[in-house]
Amino acid sequence: MPIQYYIILSLALFCIGIVGVLTRRNAIIIFMCIELMLNAVNLLLVAFSKMHYAAAAVANKAATEGTEGQLFVFFIMVVAAAEVSVGLAIIVMMYRNIHSVDVSFLNRLKN
Amino acid sequence: MNTLAYLVPLFPLLGFLVNGLGRKSLSKSATGVIGSGVILASFVVSLLLFFDVKSHGATIATAFDFINGGSFKIPFAFQIDQLSSLFLLIITGIGFLIHLYSTAYMHEEESHHFARYFAYLNLFVFSMLLLVMGANYVIMFIGWEGVGLCSYLLIGYWFKNANYNYAAKKAFVMNRIGDLGFLLAVFWLLSKLGTVTYGDVFANYSKLSSADMTGITILLFVGAMGKSAQIPLYTWLPDAMAGPTPVSALIHAATMVTAGIYMIARSNVLYSHSEVAQNLVAIIGLATALFSATIAIKQNDIKKVLAYSTVSQLGYMFLGLGVGAYTGAVFHVMTHAFFKALLFLGAGSVIHAMHHEQDIRKMGGLKKKLPITHITFLMGCIAISGIPPFSGFFSKDEILAAAFAHNPVYWGLGVAGAAMTAFYMFRLYATTFLGTFRGTHEQEHHLHESPSAMTIPLIILAILSVIGGFVGIPELFVHDGHLLKSFLSPVITEQEHHIEHSTEYVLMGISVAVAAIAILFAISKYSKNPELGEPAGLGKILADKWYIDELYDAVIVKPLDALATFFKNIIEKSGIDGIVNGVGKLVTYSSRQLRLLQNGQVGGYILFMVLAMIVVVLIWVNDGYLYKMFTSLF
Amino acid sequence: MIPLLLILIPLLGGLINFFLKEEKTAKGWALLISLATLAASLAGIAQSGTLSFDAAWLPTLGSSFALSADGMAKMLTLLTAVSFPVIFIATNKNNYKNTSAFYALMLLSQAGLMGVFLSADCLLFYFFWELALIPVYFLCSIWGGERRIAVTFKFFIYTFIGSLLMLGGILYLYFLTPDHSFALKSFYHLHISAKEQNFVFWLFFIAFAIKMPVFPFHTWQPDAYEQSPTAVTMVLSAVMVKMGIYAVVRWLIPIFPEATAHFDNLVMVLAIIGMIYASLIAIRQDDLKRLIAYSSIAHIGLMCAAIFAQNKVGLEGVMIQMFNHGVNVLGLWIVADAIEQQLGTRKFSELGGLAQKAPGLAILLVILAFANIALPLTNAFVGEFLMFNAVFQHNIWMAVFAGTSIILAAVYTLNMVQKVFYGNTVPSTEHAIEAGSNTRAMLIVLVIVIIVLGVYPKPMIDLTNDTVSTILAAR
Repeated sequence: MPIQYYIILSLALFCIGIVGVLTRRNAIIIFMCIELMLNAVNLLLVAFSKMHYAAAAVANKAATEGTEGQLFVFFIMVVAAAEVSVGLAIIVMMYRNIHSVDVSFLNRLKN
Repeated sequence: MNTLAYLVPLFPLLGFLVNGLGRKSLSKSATGVIGSGVILASFVVSLLLFFDVKSHGATIATAFDFINGGSFKIPFAFQIDQLSSLFLLIITGIGFLIHLYSTAYMHEEESHHFARYFAYLNLFVFSMLLLVMGANYVIMFIGWEGVGLCSYLLIGYWFKNANYNYAAKKAFVMNRIGDLGFLLAVFWLLSKLGTVTYGDVFANYSKLSSADMTGITILLFVGAMGKSAQIPLYTWLPDAMAGPTPVSALIHAATMVTAGIYMIARSNVLYSHSEVAQNLVAIIGLATALFSATIAIKQNDIKKVLAYSTVSQLGYMFLGLGVGAYTGAVFHVMTHAFFKALLFLGAGSVIHAMHHEQDIRKMGGLKKKLPITHITFLMGCIAISGIPPFSGFFSKDEILAAAFAHNPVYWGLGVAGAAMTAFYMFRLYATTFLGTFRGTHEQEHHLHESPSAMTIPLIILAILSVIGGFVGIPELFVHDGHLLKSFLSPVITEQEHHIEHSTEYVLMGISVAVAAIAILFAISKYSKNPELGEPAGLGKILADKWYIDELYDAVIVKPLDALATFFKNIIEKSGIDGIVNGVGKLVTYSSRQLRLLQNGQVGGYILFMVLAMIVVVLIWVNDGYLYKMFTSLF
Repeated sequence: MIPLLLILIPLLGGLINFFLKEEKTAKGWALLISLATLAASLAGIAQSGTLSFDAAWLPTLGSSFALSADGMAKMLTLLTAVSFPVIFIATNKNNYKNTSAFYALMLLSQAGLMGVFLSADCLLFYFFWELALIPVYFLCSIWGGERRIAVTFKFFIYTFIGSLLMLGGILYLYFLTPDHSFALKSFYHLHISAKEQNFVFWLFFIAFAIKMPVFPFHTWQPDAYEQSPTAVTMVLSAVMVKMGIYAVVRWLIPIFPEATAHFDNLVMVLAIIGMIYASLIAIRQDDLKRLIAYSSIAHIGLMCAAIFAQNKVGLEGVMIQMFNHGVNVLGLWIVADAIEQQLGTRKFSELGGLAQKAPGLAILLVILAFANIALPLTNAFVGEFLMFNAVFQHNIWMAVFAGTSIILAAVYTLNMVQKVFYGNTVPSTEHAIEAGSNTRAMLIVLVIVIIVLGVYPKPMIDLTNDTVSTILAAR
């Protein structure tokens, strides 16, 4: 499958994520959208990784070609997991305090 | 001789310091003795110098380097030659008489004010001596501004009176306008010749182009206009009469105001090579002579009449300078110093007797009460009117003859002015001394002849006014009779003019006849019935001095004032400071507006983030086209 | 060594002064320090030739603690050294809250001023330039008049903008030097293209123009002079404005000769407009301090014009006039302070007739006033004569227009004399008395300086001759 399909799919997922972050007020949904964006990137990284590996195999080069991309994916997944744990904790605390997960209430930094 | 030269100005300077610093402790008589004594000492030294110059010629005494700047050197040097030694005699001689007179005239003043007066007067003599003794234009300028300063201080001597202060300020400022011209001329000389020393300038005059020559001479003349009260800078002199009368006699009649004539006579080499400047001098001089004579006819203040008369006589001197009769002008300076000082001192004597009344309409019949003042005053009037053989006749005639040779129209106008002179002087004389007394009883009761300290100077000056003209008897009467001309010939190159002897007799006859008629007319008109009412018609215009002060006020003073107010209130406050404060306000305002972007909405922040990312991507897209475009700007 | 002493004595003396709690001690100590500085300065004058001092400072940056006292620097340090004791004595009777801090800051600003005049290294120059400003900022904002905060803020922002522009210019030049050095010599030997000169010139000029100040960068000055305590105004006006002029002569003209020649007419016209403009405004002032401020702007305008005439006579005139203007304006401020301290007003409308009550002060003021309008045989005449001469050589019409300011100067100065001292007394001056003997003594000292330098200006001209030739040679 040509690489372009993956790129377009990732782009679409990423944009959906951005739009979600920008438009939604519910913190949990924003959170999910951020995850969506991260995963869009992950998908792209895996796709490129595969592409490079395939290209290297044809040229009979080293078999490690393209592994960096997959490494990054794992890295991102770890960071995302950490982020989820911290972020969800914040959301829970927020809900406890203001009985809502609407981010538009979170404007105390103003002024 | 050099030491002697330093002594001349040193004495008055010492007098100034002693009287000025010791004004609280010195008694009046001590002040008077010191004040007059130093001038007498100067006079004696001046006499010695005069005879020395007469037998050995000129010398230059250099004291020290004053300003060594750029590529020029200006030494603090004195030049004692024929012209300056003559002026030294006039200044110290008449100066001494007036100091002597002042000891009595100012006797009512408190002692520290009395000392202040003599300190100023001594300082004035010092400055005036610097003016005429300087060996270059800068030293002359020092004296030039110095006399202006003393004039300012003495006009405003009674400093409690706001009007007097105003008059003093006006005198100083108008003089400053002239001084600027003088200063520019000095710069011009420095930039073209690199020197301002008289000897070097006159020796190298041929290096100046004709435009330079004209520029320099006209600028110098602007200086003379201010100091010698010529149109258009004459209006300060009548106002200067606010000062004590002896001051008017010394500064505003005999010496300071003739500084302009001295300066032009000194620079005669330059003027003789610039026809434009000469014509300008002659025309301004003549116009001033006539114009101020018309005003003098209708003045009722005894000192104002004399003041306008001084302006008018100064005009004659400039006419003389303008037509190349430099000696004649200097001669008239001398005779004028005698009779005008006499007239002012006489007026002072009258004012003294009348208890500071200056309005001639309230006088009359003073002949009997003030016999010495009367007779000396009459001598002065005859002298100024140009009746032979009084001194004024010789000097005025010399100027008028030269004017005729130059242009008969000048002569005609000059004679008309002379007739007016005779008329207003005898109007003054008749109204003051003839007829019946018109003042209050109180004044009449106190009328008295002045003390001898005042009458002796009057008598001496009267004698000089009568015989002073004999040093310049025209060729017409006595061959080589013009002692003054031969004395001054080393420093003054006269422009020769020839008139037939027969013509000269006719001219002389006409001017004397016209003056005599004017005198008779004035006496017959005013001795019995002086004009006491308010003038009307042309008379009112004359009495109000052609409204020149009002004109200056409306054309120069008021607009400048308005401009200054505009600058102060509009440009400075709203304009420049407005811009400065505006920048400050803009920064405050924009920061206030930009602050609103930070609205606390996380979504908003992210939106900006995304937009920024898009911009960055756009910049890099297409091989960094936008980026390159951006950087190529620098 | 003497250049270093000139900075160190007031610097250390000032720091110590912070810790003197007794009012009398603080005043006495400050006076002592300023007299010591004066002695050092006189010792410097007594030695001929250029005195220099050099120590490593920031070798990695190519900057050294280099001081050099040539004629101009000696003269200006003398002016600084003379001014401070005169100010301290003349205003001795004035009371300030927190006296020790006041005098300490005064001494610190003196140290900064000395440093500016002595630096032979551009970074050091910049350092002292700022150092001189900061104490003055505190002096004005703590001890000033009613509107002091706003006014000082404006003053600070104004001069700070200038400083930043200058810093940019200094760094630009620094990177142009082949050996990456801040030394004055390296800057003098730079070959800068005409295009660069025309650009960097303005970075420096605006900084100096604000300091001088030249029209239209002057609006901070009347406010600052009016609102500062008079002792500080004296420092500002007698010495600190000379920083701007000094800097133009020392740093601007020799480094940017082509740009100077290129913009000379523009700057001169600005300066001359400023002269007339300030003189006219001075005529309409009702406040003694503001009048002196505007008069000062007019005089500084002439100095600026004379510098940009770029000839020998002009520079000579500017040199001596820097000193003379300092002396004269100092005297005027002392009189203004004496009046304000005694009568509590500076408004002409509330003054008059003081000559009857305080004849001594009146005579001294009259002499100062005539020195202010450059009457011959006062010091200012010599300077103005040379400067007008320079302007005349450059362009006759400029001299004519600049010359009108001497007429206007007579108008406003005599107005001042008349309104304050002549006429009859008014209610507020009814019970006025003669100024204190300390004030009069200082005025007499200044008047003697005025007359002596007016009659015999040669020593002053000779003192600064070497600088004039250096500047003209570097060009």
